[in-house]
Amino acid sequence: METSNKITFSRRNFMRTTALAGGGMLIGFNLFTACKEAVKPPVDIADLNFNDFNAFIKIADNGMVTIFSPNPEIGQGVKTSMPMIIAEELDVPWENVHVAQGVLDTKNYTRQVAGGSQSIRFGWDALRQTGATARQMLVNAAAAKWGVDASECSASEGIITNSKGETLGYGDVVKEAAALEIPENTALKEPRDYKIVGADAINVDMEKIITGKPLYGLDYKVDGMVYASVLRPPAFGQKLSAFDDMGAKAVEGVSDVIRFGEKVAVLANNTWSAMQGKKALKATWSDNSSLENTEDHDKILTEILDGNKFETRREDGNVKKAFAQADKVIERTYESPFLPHNCMEPMNFYADVTDDKIHLVGPIQTPEGTANRVANMLNRDVNDIHLEMTRMGGGFGRRLYGDFVMEAAEISNLAKKPVKVVFSREDDMAAGIYRPAIKYRIAASVKDGKLTGYHLKEAAINSNMYGLIPHFFPAGCIDNYKVSTANHQSKITTGAWRAPYTNFLAFAEQSFFDELARELEQDPVQLRIDLLQNVKGNTDDRIQYSGQRMEDTIKLAAEKGNWGKQEEGVYQGFAAYYSHNTHVAELAEVVMKDNFPVVTKVVVAVDCGIVINPTGAKNQIEGGVIDGIGHAMYGDLAFKNGVPQATNFDEFRLIRMQETPKVETYFVQNTLSPTGLGEPGLPPAGGAIANAIYNAAGQRLLKQPFVKHIKAEVKELVG
Amino acid sequence: MPTYNITVNGDKKAVDASPETPLLWVLRDHLDLVGTKYGCGIGQCGACTIHLDGTATRSCLLPVSTAEGKNITTIEGLSDNGDHPVQEAWKAVDVPQCGYCQAGQIMTASAFLKDNPNPSESEIREAMHGNICRCASYNRIEKAVAMAAEKMS
Repeated sequence: METSNKITFSRRNFMRTTALAGGGMLIGFNLFTACKEAVKPPVDIADLNFNDFNAFIKIADNGMVTIFSPNPEIGQGVKTSMPMIIAEELDVPWENVHVAQGVLDTKNYTRQVAGGSQSIRFGWDALRQTGATARQMLVNAAAAKWGVDASECSASEGIITNSKGETLGYGDVVKEAAALEIPENTALKEPRDYKIVGADAINVDMEKIITGKPLYGLDYKVDGMVYASVLRPPAFGQKLSAFDDMGAKAVEGVSDVIRFGEKVAVLANNTWSAMQGKKALKATWSDNSSLENTEDHDKILTEILDGNKFETRREDGNVKKAFAQADKVIERTYESPFLPHNCMEPMNFYADVTDDKIHLVGPIQTPEGTANRVANMLNRDVNDIHLEMTRMGGGFGRRLYGDFVMEAAEISNLAKKPVKVVFSREDDMAAGIYRPAIKYRIAASVKDGKLTGYHLKEAAINSNMYGLIPHFFPAGCIDNYKVSTANHQSKITTGAWRAPYTNFLAFAEQSFFDELARELEQDPVQLRIDLLQNVKGNTDDRIQYSGQRMEDTIKLAAEKGNWGKQEEGVYQGFAAYYSHNTHVAELAEVVMKDNFPVVTKVVVAVDCGIVINPTGAKNQIEGGVIDGIGHAMYGDLAFKNGVPQATNFDEFRLIRMQETPKVETYFVQNTLSPTGLGEPGLPPAGGAIANAIYNAAGQRLLKQPFVKHIKAEVKELVG
Repeated sequence: MPTYNITVNGDKKAVDASPETPLLWVLRDHLDLVGTKYGCGIGQCGACTIHLDGTATRSCLLPVSTAEGKNITTIEGLSDNGDHPVQEAWKAVDVPQCGYCQAGQIMTASAFLKDNPNPSESEIREAMHGNICRCASYNRIEKAVAMAAEKMS
């Protein structure tokens, strides 16, 4: 969508102002929802609460601006980029802006969820309009002071100027501005006039991060708090029969051992004692003899693909007919294992459940939903709950699920103490909510040297691709096109993992298109561009991506990465994928080192509309690409009798420095509304490197993790 | 419970803890120095890296009993104002995403550069290989270490 500079709805109901008792002006505003009747922001900054407003801007009488950032920070940079948008329209120097953690209450905190790369996309209009309206109020106050019409005044860099050249700082008029009526129809800036949006701003928590200040849930501490280490069923599907806590209670520092449901919590006055106490528990588990193995999943998913019990998710034309009339049908099956999230900060949460209130503190991506679940579980009014969010040491989807919050609340409720549940790394990996194992089978029909039909089948553990994915590329590019899905219900818990489904689907499809290009004797980049011409002008509004934007993105990556012009000994691979409203193309370079393919460089082109914070945006892309490569190469979680076979970083391999390529990122320049970047860099990475590895070593990789499947013959081919 | 006298960031501290308690938890839970992070507990990820008599050491594997009489430096004590050349480089390059592993990365890098002030690219990559960054900010970590080396030499 082209960025609009016209106000489309009244701001009057979305923001309120007060003059602060200690000087300065406080603006409370809501993203997307109207303010309740008659509520006003507090006159004392110490009384800020987020029940009536979901964000605040304080403009002090010295002109300094504090923005209480409204979205949880998991490392995707929104705590920096969202305030940049407000500051741009407010028109203050970024150096004069301080960003404070949105003090963490939850009710009415619309879109207080980090996930799906949607924070910037949804916040863009509301944040701009709030900043612009506040600026207009300051201008109106200055105009009144001068006795001139507001249209004769302008504001820039925190200074208001009238036609005579007289100036007033924002701080000089905050008191008066706070009392004014909130104006409507305030004009927004044109993107070409942006000063803050589009300029690099370093992470607002930088100083705290590099000096080790308490920031994360694991760092949170209150007097009298005990630490809880929880013993959970070792296998998915097992139940607790009995336990002996003699050994646990003998550990110095351990105070209580509490059973709750199928789990046992060991409470201690320090983390280490709680963990040692848990290790000393002796428990027996009932085995209902249907514990699952990776081999079983493998067989079941293959049976699903071979069978005919599918749900059709999209069908264009007649795939069956196209296949029947084809000169040739190409079919490939792609396979991926379960993956744990492995946030560097293990799951943890603080809970203090008392008769009066429930205080919850920690890293969670879904505060509102989680508070409701805790209220339901404890049969309490949700208004009793005060939930504070801390900075999060990674999320990747894992912190969408509040299982660890529920545990903390339940234990505190039973122990009648403030409790902090801390997962060990082993707990974190073994009690996961994993990326499910999935198999894709893709078939394409070729007739007279042309692609005539395409059929994608998905067989997944527990759940299938979400509703919009069947309308991603190549939907709309091929006349006869079909997406079918089916799943198998497992006891292993699964959920969203950075770029859900597309994190593996993009690899499958982008590898398939590479192979298809060879079959059609076409250049893989040109094949994609040719196909994209077919979607242009398509009026099917279910189609999610833009043919033109994808084409431009592909061309930018091909140009910057010198597609087809590699040096001797360097092998290229290409992939392009649309997800989370952002178009991304990646060109990977691989060299053979000691007869093993090594990814040395990835050139990335991205169309995410207007880039708010280029340094933060590039950081997300660099991280997403390397994360995608790491998990495609090494990520593997198998199950034996329901038990995860990797529980720490000695058994689960994450990518490390020496395995990382250099990532170069380029943005398609336009003035379209911004979209998110936390996820879309990841999906094309696996396909880009698999295609480069094919060019380097002649082997088509169909299964992840690649490191397990790169054949010994590769050595001979190059050796 | 025995008492151990340890020196952390130049301050003498007496802590009551069982002898096998890893220094990591003594720092975090007993001394409220939470900049040193728990990541894996088995010396695989480097989030808990501190300097023990100037050498980068995994505090999750170091029993408090063996830290007696040694000089311990944590991220909180690396510099007075967050202005160690490595910290300055981290700012200049805008390294962190979630930020959780970065204290360990900085402690590894600062000890490494003290021993090798003019490292090659491959030496930097080797030196930093033991520290995991799950957000994969590796390109920037590498760049920041190189920048700090330039400033320090």
